[in-house]
Amino acid sequence: MNAFRLLRKYISMLFQSAMEYRASFWLTAAGHSIISFTSCISLLLMFERFGQLEGWTMWEVLLCTGAVQTAFPLAECFGRGFDTFRQLVRTGGLDTLLLRPRNIFLQIFGWRMDFTRIGRFLQGCFVMVLAVSHLPSLWFPAKLGVLALMVLSGAAIFTGVFILGAALCFWTVEGLEVVNILTYGGQEISKYPFDIYKKPYLVFFTGIIPYACSFYWPLLWLTGRSGSAWCILAPVLGLLFLIPACCIFKLGVRHYTSTGS
Amino acid sequence: MKMYFSLFRMKLIAGMQYRAAAWAGIAAQFFWGFMVIMIYEAFYRSSSAGNLPMDFDQVCRYVWLQQAFLHLFNLWNRDNELLEMITSGTVSYELCRPLELFPFWYARLLGQRLAGTVLRCVPVLMIASLLPGAYRMTLPPSVPHALLFLAALTVAMLLATAINMFVYILTFKLMNAGGATLIVSAFSEFLSGSLIAIPFMPKALQYVLYVLPFRYTADFPFRFYTGNIPMTEGLWSLAAAVGWLAVLYLLGAVLMKRALRTAVLQGG
Amino acid sequence: MSGISKTFRVVQRGQGLRGAAGALFHREYREIRALRNVSFDVPDGALVGMIGPNGAGKSTCVKVMAGILVPSSGTCEIMGYVPWRDRARYVGHLGVVFGQRTQLWWDVPVRDSFELLRDIYRVPEDRHRRTRERYTDLLDLGDLLDRPLRQLSLGQRMRCELAASLLHEPKILFLDEPTIGLDAVSKQAVRTFIREINRDDGVTVILTTHDTADLEALADRILLLGHGQLLYDGTLEGLRARYDTDRTLTVRFTGNAGDVTPPGCTLISSGEGMLVYRIASDTVPSAIAQLAGALSLTDVRVEEKPVDEVIATLYRDLRIQ
Repeated sequence: MNAFRLLRKYISMLFQSAMEYRASFWLTAAGHSIISFTSCISLLLMFERFGQLEGWTMWEVLLCTGAVQTAFPLAECFGRGFDTFRQLVRTGGLDTLLLRPRNIFLQIFGWRMDFTRIGRFLQGCFVMVLAVSHLPSLWFPAKLGVLALMVLSGAAIFTGVFILGAALCFWTVEGLEVVNILTYGGQEISKYPFDIYKKPYLVFFTGIIPYACSFYWPLLWLTGRSGSAWCILAPVLGLLFLIPACCIFKLGVRHYTSTGS
Repeated sequence: MKMYFSLFRMKLIAGMQYRAAAWAGIAAQFFWGFMVIMIYEAFYRSSSAGNLPMDFDQVCRYVWLQQAFLHLFNLWNRDNELLEMITSGTVSYELCRPLELFPFWYARLLGQRLAGTVLRCVPVLMIASLLPGAYRMTLPPSVPHALLFLAALTVAMLLATAINMFVYILTFKLMNAGGATLIVSAFSEFLSGSLIAIPFMPKALQYVLYVLPFRYTADFPFRFYTGNIPMTEGLWSLAAAVGWLAVLYLLGAVLMKRALRTAVLQGG
Repeated sequence: MSGISKTFRVVQRGQGLRGAAGALFHREYREIRALRNVSFDVPDGALVGMIGPNGAGKSTCVKVMAGILVPSSGTCEIMGYVPWRDRARYVGHLGVVFGQRTQLWWDVPVRDSFELLRDIYRVPEDRHRRTRERYTDLLDLGDLLDRPLRQLSLGQRMRCELAASLLHEPKILFLDEPTIGLDAVSKQAVRTFIREINRDDGVTVILTTHDTADLEALADRILLLGHGQLLYDGTLEGLRARYDTDRTLTVRFTGNAGDVTPPGCTLISSGEGMLVYRIASDTVPSAIAQLAGALSLTDVRVEEKPVDEVIATLYRDLRIQ
């Protein structure tokens, strides 16, 4: 599996690079986690004021939030290359990557990784653990497994959206806002269970950008609100989102090579 | 003065060049606004208590104002060009010019905020005023209210820029544009009422926030517009905001001068 | 390369405030013909220099040859591959050096960058070690290998860059302005190296440059591009023969100048015991003979026009600049 070996090498190289600036690293990591932290505090304060949210208890919502806040930093870290893809194109770095005999996705992942997201990742994990500790119905391996699947699936979808956003760079210099809505907006909206929003949002985020498949449907099963098999299948569907995203990106590369930069 | 105006004009032109970005930006504001409103709405539906600090339609107006004026008041703004200048030392070139750096950068950031807002706020507010029911954006309760709101808006904009300047001063001190500024920005966002409206916070926290200057960039002007804050309190708050503005501007100017001096001594 | 043409569509931005507002609602396009029917053949092991003013299409041409740009029309075959179609298999045989950017990693020791490239190009460990040691010797990289790239000077970086591009032993090397910004010593080192790998290893080198000294030192053959067209394909001497027919003749003498002006000479300047003429190259011998007869010469100097001037005149004549 030469590709995995190369990926591991990329990771160690990039981590080495990051550690060159140790103080800055930890400060930035702390900064990112504070942002997540204030978001969580807001949630807690709202629950303190209102008590409950459409039948959801605070710990259940916190579970959802924790999962999102664990999945998103994963994508932000490993998908950083796609997140900052515009820069790669602008500096001509994409040409350099295309001139190497390796899969372009592998190379873009290996181009940049943002390990400072570890702060948010740990915070997200902490919130999840806290939530689980208050939800005894979840203390079964199967349920915890599904929770892990939720996180992985969510991270995959976020990465897929980053890839789509990068693909957009091939056709237009603009469009940054739309990508931001889908990534940061997507993260925000997924923190609360989707049934509190209006129906069209649930449909959009299940069918088109399937955040709900990762964070909402499995949550229904975890909290005992639904016993349907679909709820467990949904996150797998979320993982598959990467496929169309990558295809569109490849189309973009083809467009790039026929029109230059 | 002319130079500041031409800077503003340049930013405006640049902003208009990217038309898809302009429309997409407006769409983004609505997405975000609706999302926040829906969350509040769900909470409101769930609450049986009647003693909520804000009416739902007031919350809606608060959100729309937040979205429309996002660029004007946000405290997490980072001008990468300036940050790059500081960390790489090329800021020393700026010092060769016959200008005071603090007012120059202040005007630049202010111009950026204005340019970014002008294109957005009018369409957003107009479309928001066409929405049905409680979501609708309405006019302020009275003409004096409107006038005071405009004053509060102006002060808020100036204050936000002044607070934002500290990010750059901090970068001078630390020679690094990363984490510390992030931490500061994140906290100031929360403290200004941008994440959740201050009336929803526990009383103890509210007292703390009333003492700090951050609420004058978001909480005060927007809530005043919706009528949630009475006129007399509004006048006092405006005075307090102006006071904070003076203090923070002068403090920023002094600190920056000192930071510049040490930076120059070290050879940039 | 045969009949390669490439046309770009570029968005036209409006002028001023009104134009910008117009851009909000309507978009205009402009066509740029970057390459027009460019054809040439390069044999194995050649060292070709590509010159032309900025915007002439040099980098477009290189991109097509490297396989990262698909031409609008025309065919190209390199080592049996069609570059843009067989890119995955083709680029492993290619080495590229861009003068103004680097493919090495910034914050890690150069040695680690090399190792990562070894893994990317799937070079066996022992072959890599041999190649690396050879280039370390040739380019004098010894103490540079353990330092991160950001600590090195421009000349040192370029040497590392050259080594990096050849670690996988490519058969073709594309160099895009490799000597730009380097000091004289580094330029010499780079040129010596390029000549060596071309001569000893048979690596075909295609060099894009603005530096005419590079051309003089290296290129057996020159391709001149202007406005997307191939305007000259031949040797540097051939270029001179066609476009540089004047020489500058400087004579120093003792005694009086007299009133000697050999035919075909134009006096450019005169000084204390010195005369400078512009003269056609073929009349040089007879002019010298005449002057020798008329004056007591102490020194004679015949100078060609600097290559820069030749090329500048060339650009002007061909109206490409």
